[in-house]
Amino acid sequence: MALLQISEPGQSTAPHQHRLAAGIDLGTTNSLVATVRSGLPTVLADEHGRPILPSVVRYDGNGVAAIGAEARDNAFSDPHNTISSVKRLIGLSAEDIAASYPLLKLDASEDTVPRLATAAGGKTAIEVSAEVLSALKSRAEKSLGGELTGVVITVPAYFDDTQRQATKDAAQLAGLKVLRLINEPTSAAIAYGIDQQDSDTTIAVYDLGGGTFDISILRLERGVFEVLATAGDTALGGDDLDAAIMQWISDQSGVSYNNDAGLQRKVLDLARAAKHQLSDADVAQITLTGDSQAWSGELTRNQFDELVKPLISKTIASCKSALNDAGIAVSEIDEVVMVGGSTRVLAVRQTVSTYFGRDVLTSIDPDEVVALGAAIQADILAGNKPDSDLLLLDVVPLSLGIETMGGLTEHIITRNTTIPVARAQEFTTYKDGQTAMALHVVQGERDLVQDCRSLGRFELRGIPPMVAGQARIQVIFQVDADGLLTVSAIEQTSGVAAEVHIKPSYGLSDSEIESMILDSMKHAKEDVHLRMLQEQRVEADRTIEALDAAMQKDGDAFLSAEERSAIDNARHKVQQMRDGDDSEAIKHALRALESASEQYVARRMNASVGEVMRGKTIDNFDEQETTS
Amino acid sequence: MAITLTDAAADRVKTFMDNRGKGVGLRLAVRTTGCSGMAYVLEFADEVDDNDVIFEDNDVKVIVDPKSLVYLDGTELDFGKEGLNEGFKFKNPNVKDECGCGESFNV
Repeated sequence: MALLQISEPGQSTAPHQHRLAAGIDLGTTNSLVATVRSGLPTVLADEHGRPILPSVVRYDGNGVAAIGAEARDNAFSDPHNTISSVKRLIGLSAEDIAASYPLLKLDASEDTVPRLATAAGGKTAIEVSAEVLSALKSRAEKSLGGELTGVVITVPAYFDDTQRQATKDAAQLAGLKVLRLINEPTSAAIAYGIDQQDSDTTIAVYDLGGGTFDISILRLERGVFEVLATAGDTALGGDDLDAAIMQWISDQSGVSYNNDAGLQRKVLDLARAAKHQLSDADVAQITLTGDSQAWSGELTRNQFDELVKPLISKTIASCKSALNDAGIAVSEIDEVVMVGGSTRVLAVRQTVSTYFGRDVLTSIDPDEVVALGAAIQADILAGNKPDSDLLLLDVVPLSLGIETMGGLTEHIITRNTTIPVARAQEFTTYKDGQTAMALHVVQGERDLVQDCRSLGRFELRGIPPMVAGQARIQVIFQVDADGLLTVSAIEQTSGVAAEVHIKPSYGLSDSEIESMILDSMKHAKEDVHLRMLQEQRVEADRTIEALDAAMQKDGDAFLSAEERSAIDNARHKVQQMRDGDDSEAIKHALRALESASEQYVARRMNASVGEVMRGKTIDNFDEQETTS
Repeated sequence: MAITLTDAAADRVKTFMDNRGKGVGLRLAVRTTGCSGMAYVLEFADEVDDNDVIFEDNDVKVIVDPKSLVYLDGTELDFGKEGLNEGFKFKNPNVKDECGCGESFNV
């Protein structure tokens, strides 16, 4: 008969209607899937009892040859068809990949989406991730005895819109319904039940994985998580600890493994074994077998601590910078959550504990904690908990806005705004009779569009022809709970609308985000100057255009030759200043033009009012107004 | 007659109860839904009604309402694995036939 789980009171489902949900930690090196069974979050193991699925996919001529450990074991013999660490590539453009990972072989195609060349053809990062997710999906469905209702997938806190969207696309490709994407550090905090606390809490999540290090500062207020700051190093992790031990073995034994892949692998295995032993023991025996390189030695905990000290110091430097960004003192941190296999190293725990001046949370397996938190969240979102009001809030990592005339950025949602969020702003037309408007969505802190990152473009067409400035175009930016952006524009008088969902084109790494923010501070003065200049130039162009149009129509009728030449002179001055780079001078010239044409504007105004009212009494003028 | 738990089931129930951190026991019931007449209900219990019948076996309090007890009396609750899946099984002597999946039954 069927296997049943214990439900919360009143939450029992009808037969075959089980709300099966899972949490997935889609990691750079390793992935895991977890679920909540009878109220208990549990990581799901495969048929061999292995909970961890290495995020590695191997292709052959027939398609996918292996996923996970079996694929990883072939990484050395079949490197080009064995794709690992694909998370580093997700949401990146071909140029980005070529710049950051020159050794990767990309499929030369006209396609804009970069494809990795494999025996099974070009594969996108999304497709490779989808394979990993499919393997986890089938494991979960076998373990739960039914189809999954939905999943929660975790992503790094610094993932931008395109990387999040790419992750969602991968899930969709794997046939998974994504209930929500949540940030990895937030998920770890949930696993420790920190979200169930009544008091406001500030949490540091220290995540030292196989190849990456992340530190996140979270704030929990009234059950709502907010990411205050993130920092880290995308090339620092357990692999570096292993490398330090390997170097030590090489130094001690005089064995050089540089030109021998097999020997290198052997030394790596010894280094890893020693590292794991030293999490419990004070000393690890290392024995290298073989004819030419037989060697035996012991590595003490103290020696090991010395070896890894520089690496740990780097992580502490990142912690400092994250706290700095968040504007929080070390003493204000209430909880420190340890995530990632490398936090099993005692020296790491001790150093972090000393830095934050408190005990760190290590009771949950650091490899599993992120997946467990996601499982808890998935269980709630699938509807298996009665009155849980957990709502997760994250922030927008970089400001979002649109390009306005003159190549200026108009921020609509500013950096660090909590999501989900919707903000609207009204814009208008620039020219008389303008019937379309191009909207360019950008991300970044700089004032000029050219210094920001372009997210997408779309056009609003069918605006009824009106005088410049009369159309009312509302631009709405919406960022959903997964951090995905939708921009829509609607012309208020006619109801014409257009919208765009931001789709992956390319993404930014956390260090790029950081450098974009730093740039905006460094160039703040220059940006302000450029913005003012650009604004005055736009104003000058607009004024001259409007003036020329008017002059052509009725300049002769309303102006004497003398008046006309005064205006022409002022106009010429504006034109001249517009091409210079002194915003004050443009402003000045514009003011002069304004006063020179004051009389003209007044006469035009009177004439046009007279035109409208001619031959009408006050009464039928009112009538006209109300019926129009 | 009574409702009993196997050691494996009792062990798991205790683990789950401890993890949940609240509740008075385990509620077993039947509902008239499902593809074959009746369906089992297995829930944590936070409250006991005046009419409820309480059994205690293997240090686990099992709470059953009198109407459900008619269909459940003599049931032994077991915990087992099938491949990667694991969960609780009702060994109910009252059952005449089950639906193919065994999630609902007839008496």
